[in-house]
Amino acid sequence: MTKVVFTKIGMTFGSAKADKSVHVLDDINLSVNQGEFVCLLGPSGCGKSTLLNIAGGFIKPSEGEVTIDGERVTGPDPRRIFVFQERGVFPWLTVEQNIGFGLFRQPANERRERIAHYVQLVGLQGFEQSYPRELSGGMKQRLEVARALAVNPDVLYLDEPFGALDSITRLQMRRELLRIWQAEKKTILFVTHDIEESVQLADRVVVLSARPGRVRRVVDIDIPHPRDLSDPRYLQLRDEIFGEIGLAHQI
Amino acid sequence: MKPRIEPIVTAAILIAIWHAAVVLTDAKVFPSPLAVLRGLNDLPHLASYIRDSLFRVFCGYFSAVILGVPAGLALGWWLPLARATNPLIQMLRPISPLAWMPLAVIWFGVSNLAPIFLIFLATFFPVVVATMNGVRNVPPMFIQAGRNFGLSTPALMMRVVVPAVLPNILVGLRLAFGVAWIVLVAAEMIAVDSGLGYLIIDARNAGKRYDLVVGGMLTIGVIGLLLDTLIRLTERLKVVRWAFHD
Repeated sequence: MTKVVFTKIGMTFGSAKADKSVHVLDDINLSVNQGEFVCLLGPSGCGKSTLLNIAGGFIKPSEGEVTIDGERVTGPDPRRIFVFQERGVFPWLTVEQNIGFGLFRQPANERRERIAHYVQLVGLQGFEQSYPRELSGGMKQRLEVARALAVNPDVLYLDEPFGALDSITRLQMRRELLRIWQAEKKTILFVTHDIEESVQLADRVVVLSARPGRVRRVVDIDIPHPRDLSDPRYLQLRDEIFGEIGLAHQI
Repeated sequence: MKPRIEPIVTAAILIAIWHAAVVLTDAKVFPSPLAVLRGLNDLPHLASYIRDSLFRVFCGYFSAVILGVPAGLALGWWLPLARATNPLIQMLRPISPLAWMPLAVIWFGVSNLAPIFLIFLATFFPVVVATMNGVRNVPPMFIQAGRNFGLSTPALMMRVVVPAVLPNILVGLRLAFGVAWIVLVAAEMIAVDSGLGYLIIDARNAGKRYDLVVGGMLTIGVIGLLLDTLIRLTERLKVVRWAFHD
């Protein structure tokens, strides 16, 4: 079932004068299925974060529209939660309060249950009363994912969420995210410039060109999870995308 | 905050040097530490002067805080409002509050209201500016996250913006309090006939009582230190502790 549909998205920042404006996205068409994990991959500055912000309702596209379940996106909505790098957690709230942040419409007992459930899911038991500054980078990132999941969104938007983590933590976080995705069955749009990351995580990798970003290619990653990183198919797909991006750099 | 031994040692050494200097130079006008203590001890009005001064500072300061924090929040949040009022604020800010003294006396006469008004003027702008800058520096992703979870603008203010800027506001409040105390003394020298500022000017005019001049200065300093320590204690409150080092 189709979930998120991008139709002819174009984005130009800046003034009406052609020489001062920046054309970042051009004619993006893409549809994402319910429960699918899609990576938006491209060189920095290609507009992939802008595209995610458009899907999240934080930026209005200059052209085209995004629909979710057939309904046009006009602004942010708690049914679709944006996950930033770990700095997005609120430093003045404890772990529990962060996870409960979006649950102000729920009755107290349901709020308590959901907080307990997601503390468990992301493995932060014992840190319920801790403040973010007492947590490691990876724990803060898991906290932010838990805060997003707690409001039970259908779609998660992740904007280079693991970019600020060290490489070992990053690998662990990828495994965690896949586990959570399989348990919670969310639709995920994940922006990254890391080719390996995209091939490890996604059902489909959408390769964007340099600015203005266009969809160069959509690569199906037909490898079941858990993925073996020395599998010939994995290496083949990875190298294909490397080639694709390499070409993009030469233009 | 544990009491430390170093400041006490420093104070003891300075008092010793002061005492020695007065004794060795056989100074006639400048009092020794003991003379100051004796002078203050014999002063019947000291407690009521302190009470008057504190009352004025608190009235002026708290009215500035009560009006200045919301004003700063509004100016930080709505850019057009800030653009419209910024030139006015930047023009009024460099005018020393003491320059308002003649007007304050005309408007309020010799009453508590004159120094309260001056303290309000002196503290209002630092509080507004600190709050406004704090709001502007709230990381955009906090605002974005708040909106994403479906918060209305008032809820966003209360649950995201205010907690995020509270540490900045506290720092602003502390700086403003220092200014309030400075302005108070100057205001009391002209606009009223009680308080610590009045004590200093009166001791000099009425009988060249330099023991009381220095005593008044030291009383102001010590109370200022105590109040600053008190304000710093608020940095340990749970709601802002995240922003300050333990």
